[in-house]
This record gives sequence, structure tokens and C-alpha cells, in this order.
Amino acid sequence: MAEFLQFAFSGLTVGAVYALVALGFTLIYNASDVVNFAQGDFVMIGGMSTVFLYATGVPLPLAAIIAILTAVIVGLLLHRLAIEPARGASPVTLIIITIGASMFIRGVAQIVFDKQFHQLPAFSGDRPIEILGATLLPQSLWVLGGGLAVFVALWLFLERTLVGKAVLATAANRLGARLVGINTAVILAIAFGVSAAIGALAGVLATPITLTRFDLGTIMTLKGFAAAMLGGMGSPLGAVVGGLLLGLIEAFGAGYISSVYKDGFSFIAILVVLFVMPRGLFGGRSVERV
Amino acid sequence: MSKLASRLLGLGVSALAVAGLATTALAADPIKIGSVLSATGPAAFLGDPEKRTLEIYVERINAAGGVLGRPLELVLYDDGGDANKARTFATRLIEDDEVAAMVGGTTTGTTMAMMPVFEDASVPFISLAGAVEIIEPVREYVFKTPHTDRMACEKIFADIKARGFTKVGLISGTDGFGKSMRAQCMAVIGNFGIEVVADESYGPTDSDMTPQLTKVKNAAGVQAVVNPGFGQGPAIVTRNYAQLGIGLPLYQSHGVASKSFIELAGPAAEGVRLPSPALAVAEKLPDTDAQKPVVVEYKKLYEEKTGQPVSTFGGYAYDGLHLLVAAIQKADSAEPDAIRDALEATAGFVGTSGVFTMSPTDHMGLKVDSFRMLEIKDGDWTLVEVGG
Repeated sequence: MAEFLQFAFSGLTVGAVYALVALGFTLIYNASDVVNFAQGDFVMIGGMSTVFLYATGVPLPLAAIIAILTAVIVGLLLHRLAIEPARGASPVTLIIITIGASMFIRGVAQIVFDKQFHQLPAFSGDRPIEILGATLLPQSLWVLGGGLAVFVALWLFLERTLVGKAVLATAANRLGARLVGINTAVILAIAFGVSAAIGALAGVLATPITLTRFDLGTIMTLKGFAAAMLGGMGSPLGAVVGGLLLGLIEAFGAGYISSVYKDGFSFIAILVVLFVMPRGLFGGRSVERV
Repeated sequence: MSKLASRLLGLGVSALAVAGLATTALAADPIKIGSVLSATGPAAFLGDPEKRTLEIYVERINAAGGVLGRPLELVLYDDGGDANKARTFATRLIEDDEVAAMVGGTTTGTTMAMMPVFEDASVPFISLAGAVEIIEPVREYVFKTPHTDRMACEKIFADIKARGFTKVGLISGTDGFGKSMRAQCMAVIGNFGIEVVADESYGPTDSDMTPQLTKVKNAAGVQAVVNPGFGQGPAIVTRNYAQLGIGLPLYQSHGVASKSFIELAGPAAEGVRLPSPALAVAEKLPDTDAQKPVVVEYKKLYEEKTGQPVSTFGGYAYDGLHLLVAAIQKADSAEPDAIRDALEATAGFVGTSGVFTMSPTDHMGLKVDSFRMLEIKDGDWTLVEVGG
């Protein structure tokens, strides 16, 4: 029982990080059908900026806020300098642009920051919480809570606010959205800014667990993308469920079967889900456009 | 070849000839030393200190009058951790730059890719990478300065044996370093009468190893845990180890013998032991230690020039460059073959990684005792006697 619980805690911790990254994909995808492959780099910017600001003596909460704002600026610049000039291009072209942007951000980060791994102190101490013989770090609760908060906020934003509806309308039909008076360029800029903020928040919360380095974005993008695909690209609920599920599959796979094939299990699970439900677990809502 | 291209080539050749004449007129011919390092990319934390070390010391040696009255010229390329690029640069060093010798090869992967180029051209190549495959079997022109992972395993197992333990759990990274060290540990563990009761692994980018460690913890009779690994993995293993309250002795590898490991792992690192070159404990060495002056001087100069804490990786480059300089002086020649012969005859050379004595069958020249056993106490390294 203690063993089972320990694997579950491990899965939830890692899964919550994946879920937070996956949530970042949701908004840009909803606004433009673009999968932003620089999403993981926002996570890195959030973590690294906080680390470096904190090291210069800035209090942790303030450092985190500045880091998130930095990421938002980078996100807006990414939209303004790379996505906006290519407007009208197909989503595939835009996706390739984001891959290029990701490489660029990584290159700059090597120079602005450095090439070493860094850590942040856990927000509420390192003393593990013991539950039935298994242990959970308080920081895991922060990540889980952060994921939940972002999920609720994102859901409310998309379903309950006019701007959120405008995002969905832009995704559904850009021309139609423009005809009813939505400035689609502004909507897309908002999507990039908010996605960057979500990514950076993920970086701040996860760094005490995952540590961070200039090239952390690559693996974060990969895992977050897998989680988003599993749950259904574009659905906030899907991102959370997909992330947690991916983390749990990895932990139980490593714990009960073999740690060598850990990543294999998660990819097999994704393949199976996508065979049966090509739009992911919660992605069935969107309608085929003609 | 088109007309234009051949004309350009002709121009280039004459320009080179002019440049060549100009340098001979100005000063003694420089001795060209090539270097291909992974100064950027995933192995940048290794390659970057190596690059800085080479640059600092080439400048210093030149300021002191060079070698054999000739200045050193460092021809440095960055392969970004890519073995294909490394090989291309190696060919360029031989064919275009015509270097006398090469100090470089940050990772085992890039080293293995470059080795044939130097073997074919009969130019000595001092590698800065870890794996034992580089010098076994011995290749005529290939040398290396870092300890091998097999020596690290032997040092760890000697300590475990001396403390009276016979059953260990292994948790290794699946990156090149972790895999290679795990294989070497498995190969020598029998010599120490120690048995592996748990054998787990983790991916190089994993962020939580508690499932694997839970299995190690629950393995029957486990008395100590060894973590062959590199990068951030060992820091996370150490943190998870403390989180689970396993409480058994934990051994890390020489791959994480830098201050940043203690910082990353935090308080969880207390009591962790690992084999390390003397550099990590430069000031703590007894004054009678032959290596003390060398490591203290290197540490001081490096930290002064770069403002960053010294790492053993930069030390490998220090050893490589100075072994080469010593060989050139001894051979009284900068001809590749003469350098090679002198390198092979290196005896009692005191470097940052240990005292090197090479032979035709040993192109590294270090013994197991050049590793020190360290324990982390109060957030700092302390020297411990094996079994102590």
C-alpha cells in the first residue's frame, strides 16, 4: 500500500508539472490552431529568471512576478516579430516558426543566463509530508494547486468572458470573427501573452522539483505536448487530465514494470488513445470546418 | 571546379602565403595546438570550463615566452556536442590548420568520432572525455587525462567493502555516462565480493525518481546505494533519497564532483560520498600532498579570471595542455611524432587529476589512488579515508 501510494504521489507530482505546461498550449491553439513549440521555453524563462533575480537578493514572490512579466514580454515579442509578419500563412508554417523561435530563445538564454543547472528553494520547506508510509513534498502541492488554479481561470476565461469567446470565435472562423468586429491580431497577441504567463508560472512552481537549465524547454515542450495530445489539444480539462495521466503512467510503469521502458509506456498509452479517439480524451467538441 | 572557384582558390593560397611570410618575419613560428570542444549545447557545462582553461593558460604560457621560444597558437572549434560536427572540425584541424597536436574532445561520443582522423594523420590527440574505451585498446596517437569510470567504481566499492557492506542497490542514468559507468561497475563488482540486489535506471531528463528509489529501498538486504550518473539526475536522486528517508549510505560518481551538485541537492546531500579528483578539495589537502600546489594555483587563477567556481572538467583541460607542453619541451621538437613519443614517456607529471605516469600500454597514466573519497558535511566537501 505504501508502495502504491508512493508511486501515485510521484505520478501526481510529475503529472502536475506536465499539466501546467500542457495548459499553456491550450490558449494559442484555441486562438490559431498553432501548437506553439516554444511553450517549454516560457517555462525555462520563468524558472531561470526567478533563479537569477532571487540570487541578486530580490524576494522570491517579487522575483517570480518579474519573471512572469519577462516571459509575457517575450511571448508578445514572439507574436509581434515572428507570427504576425507571417499572418495568413498556414498553421503548419506558423508551427515551424515557433520551432525556430524555440531554438533562438535557447541560444539567447545560454548567453543571458548560463549553461549550468539551477534550483530554487521549495516555497514551504523541504520536510516531506508522510501519509500512510509514503511521502509527498509540499512543493508538489504547490504545483498541483497552481495547475488547478490555472485550469479554473482558463476555463472561466474561455467560457465566461467576452474576450475568451472572441478567442474561440477566432479559432472557429477567422474571417467570420473579423466580420463581427473582433480584432483577430489583438486576440492572437493576448493568447501568446497569457500562454507565456502560464508557462512561466509553471516554471516558477516546478523549478524546486525539476531544477532548471537553458535547455529545459525542449523536454518540457515534448512532455507537455504529449499530455495535451492525450487529453485533447485545446481543452483545458484535457490538458490537466492528460498531464496527470501521463505522470501516473510513467510512475506506475517505472515502479511496477521496469524503469528502463518508462517513457515507452507513456508513448504506447498515447498511441492507443489516439487510435481510438483521434482528438484525444476531451477534444471531441470541435467541428470539422469546410 | 569552375573557373571562378579556382581563381578564388588561387587568391586564397597566395593570400595565405603572404600571411605566412608576414608571421615568420614578425616572430618565431607559432606551435599550433588544435582543440574541438563542446563549448555550447547539452555538454556545455563540461566544454565551457575546458575552453576557458585552455584560453587562460595558452595566454599565460605565451606571456611567459611560449614553448621552445615559440608562441602557442590555439585553434579552437565548438562542436556543440555533435559528434558529426566534431569529426568535420577534426579533419579541418589536420588538413587546413595543420596542428602539431590536439587537446579536446569533451564527450566520449565526440572523442570516438574524432579518433580515426588523428590516428590516420599520425597527430597526437589528448582527449578530455571519461570512458575507458578511448584508451582500451591502446591507440598509438590517442591519450586521455580524466580518470575512467572503472576507477571510480573501484574506489566506491573499496570503500563499501571496507565499511563491511556486501549488498548494494544501483540506480543509474540512461545517458552515455550513466550507462558506461554502470557497465564498468558491473564488470568489477565481483572482485570486491559485493552483490547487486537492485538495479534501476532513470532517463537523463527525468524530474522524479521516487518510484525507482522505492524499489531500491524495498530490495531485500540492501546496505548501500550507488548512483552512476551525470548532470541534474544525481541531484534529484539525492533529494528523492532524502524525501523517502532511506537512510542508507549513498554514493555518487565523480561526474558530479562540483560545488553545483551540493547547491542543487541542498541539505539532502549531507553524508553523500563520492570519488573525486583532488581539485574539489584543493585547500583541504595536507601540505605534504604533491598535488596541492598545482590544484591550488589552478583554482585561484581560474576563479580570478572567470569569476566562476572551478570544476574538475576544466582541470582535465589543464592537465591535457600541460602534459602536451611538457612533452614538447622534453622532445625539444613540435613534430607530431616526437610529441607522441614524449607523451608516452610521461613520468611523474603532477596534474589536477593526479600524478600521470604513462607507458606504451597505458595512455592515461593515473592510478585508482589519484581519486580521493569525499563526504559532504555541512554543505562542503571533506576528505575521508577509505572505509572511514
